[in-house]
Amino acid sequence: MSGLLHWLGSPGVLPVLVGIGKAITLLLGVVLTGALLIWVERRLLGLWQDRWGPNRVGPLGLGQVVADMVKIFFKEDWTPSFVDRPVFVLAPCIALSVMMLGFAIVPVVPGWQVADLNIGILFFLAIASLGVYAVMLGGWASNNKYSLLGGLRSAAQMITYEVFMGLAVMGVVVQVGSFKLGDIVAAQANGWFVLPQFLGFLLFALAGVAATHRAPFDLPEAEQELAAGFHTEYSGMKFGMFFVGEYVGVVVVSALLTTLYFGGWQGPWLPPIVWFALKTGAFIVLFILLRAALPRPRYDQLMDGGWKVCLPLALINLLVTAAVILARQPV
Amino acid sequence: MLAILRGIWSNLRSLVIIFAHLWRHKDTIEYPEVKPYLPPRYRGRIVLTRDPDGQERCVACNLCAVACPVGCIALQKTETEDGRWYPEFFRINFSRCIFCGLCEEACPTNAIQLTPDFEMCEYDRQNLVYEKEHLLISGTGKYPDYNFYRVAGMSIAGKPKGTAEHEALPVDVKSLLP
Repeated sequence: MSGLLHWLGSPGVLPVLVGIGKAITLLLGVVLTGALLIWVERRLLGLWQDRWGPNRVGPLGLGQVVADMVKIFFKEDWTPSFVDRPVFVLAPCIALSVMMLGFAIVPVVPGWQVADLNIGILFFLAIASLGVYAVMLGGWASNNKYSLLGGLRSAAQMITYEVFMGLAVMGVVVQVGSFKLGDIVAAQANGWFVLPQFLGFLLFALAGVAATHRAPFDLPEAEQELAAGFHTEYSGMKFGMFFVGEYVGVVVVSALLTTLYFGGWQGPWLPPIVWFALKTGAFIVLFILLRAALPRPRYDQLMDGGWKVCLPLALINLLVTAAVILARQPV
Repeated sequence: MLAILRGIWSNLRSLVIIFAHLWRHKDTIEYPEVKPYLPPRYRGRIVLTRDPDGQERCVACNLCAVACPVGCIALQKTETEDGRWYPEFFRINFSRCIFCGLCEEACPTNAIQLTPDFEMCEYDRQNLVYEKEHLLISGTGKYPDYNFYRVAGMSIAGKPKGTAEHEALPVDVKSLLP
């Protein structure tokens, strides 16, 4: 016991513990926000469809979150006999963990960031690309033709949209001259990047929606055509992990949009955490609004839009940004 | 190019319209607080009514049980001392009842009637089996003036044949002989 206390008192240990504490707090915050989104989404979709949505359990229906979680924890977690078991189990774990890793680079408030990597943006792009394995492996391991179709669609969609997602965000990187998200937030003290990088913002938002398989880019799940696509065979907590993973993805992409284009935690009067929450919340609402309002494009339209429209636009955006930066530089 | 711009405009417009639905009137009727309107002929909970004198209308003819397509009605006929028929027990299993109203149509004495009430949920299925004490109400239901024994030719104690309302004495067929 005294040895433990001695170790705790030694220099260098306390910062590590504080760092771990912060990381766990952020992780819990993200997961709880993701769970809360179950209720937020159902409520908002209801309101936009002239209904009330779940408003019975607890105040404003907030108890619905607890009820849904309790339900999904205690549901029978059935693995069909025809699936490829190890991969079948692995896929939802990837789906959730990868999306939560993505949040590690987001600076929530000054000093609250799990990892201020000097390759922050690249880390996120790599992590988002890993996310496709969850869907692909899930679709493959399910041994079901609809799931496989969902997995295939997801792979193609990911390749298409990751490419111009990376290129769109490069505009910001060129302006700041750093991949670090801390630097990117600091550089927006005198003006958010949404103005000079408006095209980049639009493209990144589009790619972000596609990266989280949210409607209108939910072709991998496509309830109507593919019977829920890659997660047809999943039940219980494995399905729950896919489900929460998707919501965590929404939170992460919204947080990144805030950080990259809307000045992160910066803002007058209110404390940084409030600004961050407000901006991220606005993007989450936008995500849900997109789902409520827009129909799903056809598969070939999705591919066309990605390769023939968005990729050239992202390249033009990058070139123009670079040209302006070069022209402004003192010779 | 024009088509693309038009498409973008159309999508943005639908986003705005959907968002504006936030303030629209909601179609949801919040049920336990706001009760929906039920028309008088709504086919809900089944009751057994009484005639204006306060006697049971049911004469245990079994027509409702025969008409019932799901066979949820069971009853046993018995008789009072004055000759009136009435059910010894009358049982409706509401876990089977489909509220089709055929029993009401079949009833010759307007005894069995469907009412505008559907709030009869139970946690235990057994509690959905209603006995006569649960079914029988003290009122006349939809037909306040109807009294079977006063208009029908049945002879009961104190009322021989032919003395009911709008009824002539039975014809003595033997007197009609030529």
